[in-house]
Amino acid sequence: MSDTPNVVTGDLEAPTTEPPEQAEAPSSPSADARRETHDMWVAGTEEPAWMRDATNERAQEMLEADSDPALEIHRGITVEDDFILDDSADVDELQILNMGPQHPSTHGVLRLHLELDGETIRRVKPIIGYLHTGMEKTAETLTYMQGSTNVTRMDYLSPLHMELAFSLAVESLLGIEIPERAQAMRVLLTELNRVSSHLVWAATQGTDLGAVSMMIYGFRDREYILEFFEKTTGLRMNHNFIRPGGLAADLPDGWEEDIEQIIVKVSAGVAEYEELFNGNPIFQDRTMGVGVITPEECNALGVTGPMARAAGIKWDLRKAFPYSGIEKYDFDVPTGKHGDVWDRYLVRMEEIKQSLGIVQQVMETMPAGDYRTTDRKVSPPPRKRIDESMEALIHHFKLYTSGFKVPVGETYQAIESPRGELGMYIVSDGRERPWRMHARTPSFNHVQALPTMMTDSLVADIVATIASADPVLGDVDR
Amino acid sequence: MTDQVLSSLADAFPDVELEQVLDPPQDVARVPREQYAAFVAAARTAGFDGFVDLCGVDYLRRDPRFEVVLNLLSHQHVRRLRILVGVPGTDPHVATVTDVFPGANFYERETFDLFGILFDEHPDLTRLLLPDDWEGHPLRKDYSVGSVPIRFKESPKAQ
Repeated sequence: MSDTPNVVTGDLEAPTTEPPEQAEAPSSPSADARRETHDMWVAGTEEPAWMRDATNERAQEMLEADSDPALEIHRGITVEDDFILDDSADVDELQILNMGPQHPSTHGVLRLHLELDGETIRRVKPIIGYLHTGMEKTAETLTYMQGSTNVTRMDYLSPLHMELAFSLAVESLLGIEIPERAQAMRVLLTELNRVSSHLVWAATQGTDLGAVSMMIYGFRDREYILEFFEKTTGLRMNHNFIRPGGLAADLPDGWEEDIEQIIVKVSAGVAEYEELFNGNPIFQDRTMGVGVITPEECNALGVTGPMARAAGIKWDLRKAFPYSGIEKYDFDVPTGKHGDVWDRYLVRMEEIKQSLGIVQQVMETMPAGDYRTTDRKVSPPPRKRIDESMEALIHHFKLYTSGFKVPVGETYQAIESPRGELGMYIVSDGRERPWRMHARTPSFNHVQALPTMMTDSLVADIVATIASADPVLGDVDR
Repeated sequence: MTDQVLSSLADAFPDVELEQVLDPPQDVARVPREQYAAFVAAARTAGFDGFVDLCGVDYLRRDPRFEVVLNLLSHQHVRRLRILVGVPGTDPHVATVTDVFPGANFYERETFDLFGILFDEHPDLTRLLLPDDWEGHPLRKDYSVGSVPIRFKESPKAQ
């Protein structure tokens, strides 16, 4: 769909013959210059250590190895951006169009105020707040015990990541240690949650671009994971399972078989999607060179996660600031280089595989032990102890009536959610309730970056771009 | 301050209090309101190129009453910097950083919306999450959570 004047829509049959106009394209030098600054910005002066010693299949270089000349020509290697510039457009002739908040492809209640010049978008203004329920204000009225029930409803596609960020922030203020088994369980659950969230993305991305069967496939495979969550936590979503101090319960009996089944089924599913999408010329046409964002723009706008990695930023909080013992597991961070919808598709597909790899490793090395801290000031005593110990009864009563106190202080704790950096800023005044809780949610920044990706491109690319940003509106509005 | 990245910032801004926090690794800088925009620009030059987060906190009885909290990230040095600015309740103005980090746009609008802190020179300082005709700023501590009176059918008052 990128109908730009300087795109080389070359002949797919003869990829080796270089089209003559490609060398003469006026944007080539600036495109090269941009690529150079990319690499500088991206890697810094030296490559981070975790990028140098990549693991097993070296998926970090996935896209380098994948640079098929036919694909490059198809994509148009001289494309600067997906901009269509036309100075002759008259401001008075722009058509104003409201998209949403009830549009099915806005993934919730996102409203876009578009100014169109024929088929070209000239200005975009995202209008949000339709789902605002004041959760940060609510958090100030809830104790730390109750807090995870609140945050889990923000990003409803990755509730376990919200709970983990909240719990890590509270634990960092409390200064308590979490048992190894609890940490491994947290990694297991959040990585499964990453897969289930990416599967919803795959389903919606496919549907929005016309591959309606993808909707069925994505939700079918996500169901395997949600079934496991239901078995483990009691709920399909909004689990309130990861809590300050550990987890709510231990894994169910026979969880290993369930996980094995999930890995087999989801891997088969992913292979199926790749068969559906990878060689699909319609999908390539609608995604390559569409919704481009550069690494500089990503950094300035706070765009993180798969979106930033698709633009070429080698950055993953699981590697840069490891949490919950995730540094013990072996995984790669896939990065793209063009920052378009297609690269985001490749990066997310690879992330699903990497996450399944982590899940496999956690399953094989799950340590024995307690699933929550034994600090009775924070985690409730076992039910049996209440009948025989006065102290256990008091702890139980105090915890469930007034909660536990958290020392004065403030902290910012961030984790890598399926959408990007998910941060939790908590200010404590020494009481049972946070004085202030702020959630830094990735979708908020991604919605903010939509104008950057959409301006001066085509109307038909809007849907592809929104879907690739994967916004969750509960996460945006909170 | 032995740290090289921070010491260059500390030399340029002697009024800024810098503090190192190790768990989780995040340095904290308390910046006077007048130097805020300049400090953020300097921090960006010093390598804190990633915009992360901006939010407000209402301390109510403390002076200054509000605090604007800006989180930055350095991909190069793999570290974070948290910049705190006090904003008095009687004069809730602070400079915008949207010219340094365009990503601050929505966050400043949100902070204005929920705290009533005014960001001078912001390109479009309107309410973001709440309707335009909303009264008050809900995340202030003197804004009540609110309640809706319910009359139960059989209760004596209802009759």
